[in-house]
Amino acid sequence: MKLKVIVLAVVVAFIASCGNEKKEEKSSTPVEVKKEVVKKEAEVNPMDNKGIGPITSMTLADIDDAMVAEGKEIFKMKCSACHKISKRVVGPALAGITERRSPEWIMNMILNPEEMVAKDPIAKKLLAEYLAPMANQNLTEKEARLILEYFRTKKAK
Amino acid sequence: MKTIFKSLLSITIVSLVLSSCGNGGTSKKGALSSSAAEKVYVAPGEHDEFYAFVSGGFSGQLAVYGLPSGRLFKVIPVFSVDAEKAYGFNEETKPMLNTSHGFIPWDDSHHPDISQTNGVLDGRWVFINGNNTPRIAKIDLTTFETTEIIEIPNSAGNHSSSFVTENTEYVVAGTRFSIPYPQKDMPIEEYKGNFKGALTFISVDPEDGGMDIKFQIMMPGFNYDLSHPGRGASHGWFFFTTYNTEEANSLLEVNASQNDKDFIAAINWKKIEEYVNNGGGTKAPARYAHNVYDEETHTATSTMRKEVLIVNPSEVPGAVYFMPTPKSPHGCDVDPSGEYIVGNGKLAAELTIHSFSKMIKAIEEKKFDGEAYGIPILQYEATLAGVVKQPGLGPLHTEFDGKGNAYTTFFISSEVVKWKLGTWEVIDRKPTYYSVGHLMIPGGNSRKPFGKYVLAMNKITKDRYLPTGPEVTQSAQLYDITGDKMELLLDFPTIGEPHYAAGIPADIVAKNSKKIFKLEESKHKYVIRSESEAKVVREGNEVHIYMTMIRSHFAPDNIEGIQVGDKVYFHVTNLEQDYDVPHGISMIGAQTSELLIMPGQTETFVWYPKQVGVWPFYCTDFCSALHQEMQGYIRVSPKGSKVPIKFTLDGDAVDAE
Repeated sequence: MKLKVIVLAVVVAFIASCGNEKKEEKSSTPVEVKKEVVKKEAEVNPMDNKGIGPITSMTLADIDDAMVAEGKEIFKMKCSACHKISKRVVGPALAGITERRSPEWIMNMILNPEEMVAKDPIAKKLLAEYLAPMANQNLTEKEARLILEYFRTKKAK
Repeated sequence: MKTIFKSLLSITIVSLVLSSCGNGGTSKKGALSSSAAEKVYVAPGEHDEFYAFVSGGFSGQLAVYGLPSGRLFKVIPVFSVDAEKAYGFNEETKPMLNTSHGFIPWDDSHHPDISQTNGVLDGRWVFINGNNTPRIAKIDLTTFETTEIIEIPNSAGNHSSSFVTENTEYVVAGTRFSIPYPQKDMPIEEYKGNFKGALTFISVDPEDGGMDIKFQIMMPGFNYDLSHPGRGASHGWFFFTTYNTEEANSLLEVNASQNDKDFIAAINWKKIEEYVNNGGGTKAPARYAHNVYDEETHTATSTMRKEVLIVNPSEVPGAVYFMPTPKSPHGCDVDPSGEYIVGNGKLAAELTIHSFSKMIKAIEEKKFDGEAYGIPILQYEATLAGVVKQPGLGPLHTEFDGKGNAYTTFFISSEVVKWKLGTWEVIDRKPTYYSVGHLMIPGGNSRKPFGKYVLAMNKITKDRYLPTGPEVTQSAQLYDITGDKMELLLDFPTIGEPHYAAGIPADIVAKNSKKIFKLEESKHKYVIRSESEAKVVREGNEVHIYMTMIRSHFAPDNIEGIQVGDKVYFHVTNLEQDYDVPHGISMIGAQTSELLIMPGQTETFVWYPKQVGVWPFYCTDFCSALHQEMQGYIRVSPKGSKVPIKFTLDGDAVDAE
């Protein structure tokens, strides 16, 4: 009888381990854990949130007018269909963006939007509000940096 | 005792659980992996090992499948219009289907062949022939789009095509039907001696793949059925099967089957190339379209060419010979070493294999058996390497596995037969369902075949699938050829008639596959790169709408000032720069197809508004959660109306800031 129980336990263990392996591959992180993260992060000052992606830290010098001009052109071509400076369209209005978000967060949102809208607490909230996910426009880090420079000239007023 | 029995039982159960678990996790490597189902199973999210480019036959297209799964990925429009992709409907691709006979919306596509470097597949382009209105097309394997089509003059039933030489120096197009040369009004019964068969050598630019007819060899009026290039030692030669050496012009099924032997024509194209480069040949007037799709302008142009260089084989001694081959040979297949040339005599009881080295020796020793129209006929025994005895009924085509074996299809006896090169012994035979035509081993027309699978393409399927009325699906069958015996793994349905195919390991091609078109690199005449450039311009009764699309709106989306009787051009640019985000657009009443526009691409369609009113257009490709919101309106006023041109987005002029 004892042996039977042990064997059963072993069988169950194998089945269970087998099932777990498959689940890990397919399903995303459990819902409950996500909620906790949101709660914690929401209390953090957004300017301290650097987002998720290739940019971990950056320091900004004085505004460079040549970079602003280049950034404006790239913004026009790759971004302005969804983002205006002065008003909400598909995405949020961008006036004052550098006063609301850290430069790293802005860069990561441009360069790594899929992961940002999936994991970053602020980006997730924005997706829930706007429904259209931030598009990946396949910009280079340099192009994103030029756009950031352009954004620095667009204050909230 | 009871306990021992119980524990044994328990161990059995545990091991069963273990083994089933193992199989589930590692899918293809388990102990039970010998089943056919597992060999073709590609788990969700995993990729196939090979691409197979399977011609659509009378559909005129080229389909892309994965092997071993047999899953269909894409149908590339080549010679026939395709409303789904707007091929032949939008302004950019209409010129691709232009010919000397005007716009032709259909053809019969037969023999895809992949470009090679040093005799090995390089995966840059696929070439394929259009039979009916003779043309050769080139498909670019970075975009999987048809980028060039050249018409073949002086040709009819362009069937012994489109096979490439081992450095893609040439893609070759041979005529199946001989015709008067030059074309003229003459009695058909005077065919014999007056009709000619043109073999066309199209040079391929090694950089951009640009095609150009280098020369046409004007051969006697036989039917040139299939061809293959030499390779290795025989590189520089090309071999064509012929039938109807009787030169019959009616009831060919009887009258073209009279001769005991027809010929394989051996063409020393290097010799002819040298002759031509030294000023040989005659420039003759011709009329044929050359259509090129430009990757930068995303637009095709069609140019009518006026001249072609004709070579009379009798003027180039030592360049062309005939090898007698029994009974209307169909397939003409050269083994990976280049030594053996297989003539698949479709009415013969045996397969005939010629030896390239014996052919060269016979030429040197002048072992001739007369001539035909000035072309020497080599003695049959002098070039013969061997015969495969009683292999089956109705041999059509042979391919090779690179391990010394050949695989031949038999149409009448519906089977694939494996035999050994050199000993000519039959090793194995497996039935096909039914009436197999071509077969394909990836890399089959190269020095380096990838001999893991053979794909058999059938003409008849009868009872193999659920019936769908009188017309039933066409089908291909996949066999594992890694063992001594072939094993049938899979049937899968195909588009059109799966006439022939070309296969290639996926890793050679997949890494080059383009994901988007860069907006800043577009040189399309009507591209706009931001919403702020969107506009509507009237030029007389023509109106040009410069429109953008992005998830999920058009700009502009409200247009007024259009009038009945106008010709309205929609020039639509997809501003997305993200992989796999095309948008579509369709306009109510447009007598054309939708556009399906890839990221960074601009396409154009024409709409003739016929009725006054306010008419919608919308996005046809489900692009985002707000796809259903992606729409717009056009106000159509009566002819001569005073309503001015006006275009807006959200009530404002479209701008960037």
